[in-house]
Amino acid sequence: MAQLDIVDVGHAYAPGAEEERWALKPLNLTFESGKTYALVGPSGCGKTTLLNILSGLVRPSRGRVRFDGVDVTALPTKARNIAQVFQFPVIYKSMTVYDNLAFPLQCRRWDKARIDAKVQQVAEALDLHDRLRQPARRLTADDKQLISLGRGLVRDDVAAVLMDEPLTVIDPQLKHSLRRKIREITEQFRPTVIYVTHDQYEAMSFAQELLVMKDGRAVQQGTPEQLFEAPSSTYVGYFIGSPAMNFLTVDHGDGPFALGGRPLSAAWDVPASTLKAGEVQVGVRPEHVRIVTDPGPNTFPGRLKGVSDHGAQRVLEVEIAGQPVRAKTPRDQGVPVGEEVLVHLPRAKVLPYADGELVLRS
Amino acid sequence: MNLNATDLCLTVDGVDHLRNVTATFRPGRLHTVIGRTMAGKTTLLRALAGLQGVDSGSLTRAGEDFLRTPVWRRDTAMVYQQFINYPHLTVFDNVAFPLKRAGLSRDEIRHRVQQSLASVGLTDFGKRKPSQLSGGQQQRVAIARALARRTGILLLDEPLANLDYKLREQLRDEFKALFSDQGDTIVIYTTTEPAEAMMLGDVVLVMHEGRILQTGTPQEVFERPATTTVASIVNDPPMNVFAGRLKGGQVTVAGFQAAHVSAHLAELSDGAYQFGLRATDVSLASSGVDGEVTYVEISGSETFVHVVVGETPFVVQLEGIHDVDLGDLVKLRLRPDRLFAFDERGALVRTPSHDLVSVEGR
Repeated sequence: MAQLDIVDVGHAYAPGAEEERWALKPLNLTFESGKTYALVGPSGCGKTTLLNILSGLVRPSRGRVRFDGVDVTALPTKARNIAQVFQFPVIYKSMTVYDNLAFPLQCRRWDKARIDAKVQQVAEALDLHDRLRQPARRLTADDKQLISLGRGLVRDDVAAVLMDEPLTVIDPQLKHSLRRKIREITEQFRPTVIYVTHDQYEAMSFAQELLVMKDGRAVQQGTPEQLFEAPSSTYVGYFIGSPAMNFLTVDHGDGPFALGGRPLSAAWDVPASTLKAGEVQVGVRPEHVRIVTDPGPNTFPGRLKGVSDHGAQRVLEVEIAGQPVRAKTPRDQGVPVGEEVLVHLPRAKVLPYADGELVLRS
Repeated sequence: MNLNATDLCLTVDGVDHLRNVTATFRPGRLHTVIGRTMAGKTTLLRALAGLQGVDSGSLTRAGEDFLRTPVWRRDTAMVYQQFINYPHLTVFDNVAFPLKRAGLSRDEIRHRVQQSLASVGLTDFGKRKPSQLSGGQQQRVAIARALARRTGILLLDEPLANLDYKLREQLRDEFKALFSDQGDTIVIYTTTEPAEAMMLGDVVLVMHEGRILQTGTPQEVFERPATTTVASIVNDPPMNVFAGRLKGGQVTVAGFQAAHVSAHLAELSDGAYQFGLRATDVSLASSGVDGEVTYVEISGSETFVHVVVGETPFVVQLEGIHDVDLGDLVKLRLRPDRLFAFDERGALVRTPSHDLVSVEGR
């Protein structure tokens, strides 16, 4: 398994386009050996372009791609020693499951015993060991997708496994179990995995680290927990989490922030002098907003505008100082009586944002 | 005018698609039909629309035998999972198409198209072609076309299934307002997602293997699931259901003493039961029932920890993102006051003390 470095890589499909319009704006990234990464973002964000640059399908307009320090920028896909899993399963229809898995090793002229041991090991992990003699074309779409993955895993020397929306054609009911299977297998074999998806849920349950992309830029890289607890921008706060993070515009003078004329403390101090002029917001997750009975610090009068029943949880729609805030509450906590409520925003969970970007702790 | 289905049955190639489906659909109400894939939801909608015949049973509306009414006279519009639009027509003409066929005046057509495009947030998109729209926008066009017909019956078959989760979240919120605004229309909406069924439905019908298992308000089916199957279907993740024994004031699971009996189960006689406990009512604790972590899933804002106790699988829902490793040995605490009791055949015997409808903070 290899470490993949992207050094000042950018790409424009139209030659001569100004940088603002590039599909991928120049960036630096490191994918560590043996870790799983997910690239997420809406369509057109550049995630597939980045994946294709790693696989060699796209030669970047600028920058270098290195696998374990070796420059592969000019190498074609087949010289990069990577395994790929696409949206649609790619299998050799005329071959058995066994031969599908053995084929890449036969091409490398491994001896028979070594091939057999490896195929058996991978088939066991994929739960395909009892179907090795079946023709591959008879398998269901999800099993075929496992073969695509398995063909990558049989090669000990594969640099990385690249997956592009591998669950697209899988029946919704089977998605869950296939996702689980892929994760178990990657924990066992520890390849470097880059996984592209537009589904945050899939990304967060699969990958150790996520890279959130937007408009050709990498906006944040981090663990699921980091993206949830400290989104680097209001965009990530919106994109990760359901419902999205709440953002409230606050007043800032020389002292602490104020909301509707009352002081609001954030997780860390933000001296007014360090802020450029512009809109200052605080972000707080609906999971952290609490409806309380007693006044106190960081507690604001609000109006209950609506209740949405999600089952085990309810989402309360509240308005504080004319701004909407959502609170996610457990069902057994009930719904407040009347329209007047007190809303507590726990200081440690209130993060400051200026012009859409998280203001870092100084 | 109600739409009454009585004992609808349909068998195709020996497989039951509809089994004695009996339901009353009322004007001005939104009925959500929840069930897993292949539960018979789409078949039911197609039968109501007249796109699919049935073997037996009756379907009536205002005394009219609907089964003998041809499709085009059933006063019914349907929206499908796939975004179906006429690719060569503009958005305006897509919505206007059925109105032109119905021979409405030009002024009336323009008025209705503009109104329904406005209600789905596409006022400025009338001149575009569907291919120039995002998936979410294409589905809005299909919904606008259905709304513009102003039929007495509106059927929506998993309209959000093919959209990514951020878009689903947004449209779900919009649907609530949109469908509560449809006057006397009978709205029937199928989904596989409990939160969607709960949020949108005035009435929820739980469907499984071609049968309607329970009909009631969202509150009723969620708080008083008639069977373990219903409990599993209306909860996401599915309710934990496990065999246990009640003896001398103790609940035992897989040989472990799991909980003291709380008041709501006190009157039950000793013996074997199936118990149900929502994922939110199980937690990881320093003492409790021993289990092993088999899988961890992270959604945008929750962590689902899959744990096996002996042979019995449990799902634990934790708020926020937590780092739990596969194979970890953990202890589960089961909340005794939240246990549902079912008999050995799965029929509901006791529910937890009723959810407080209006409360406090904490």
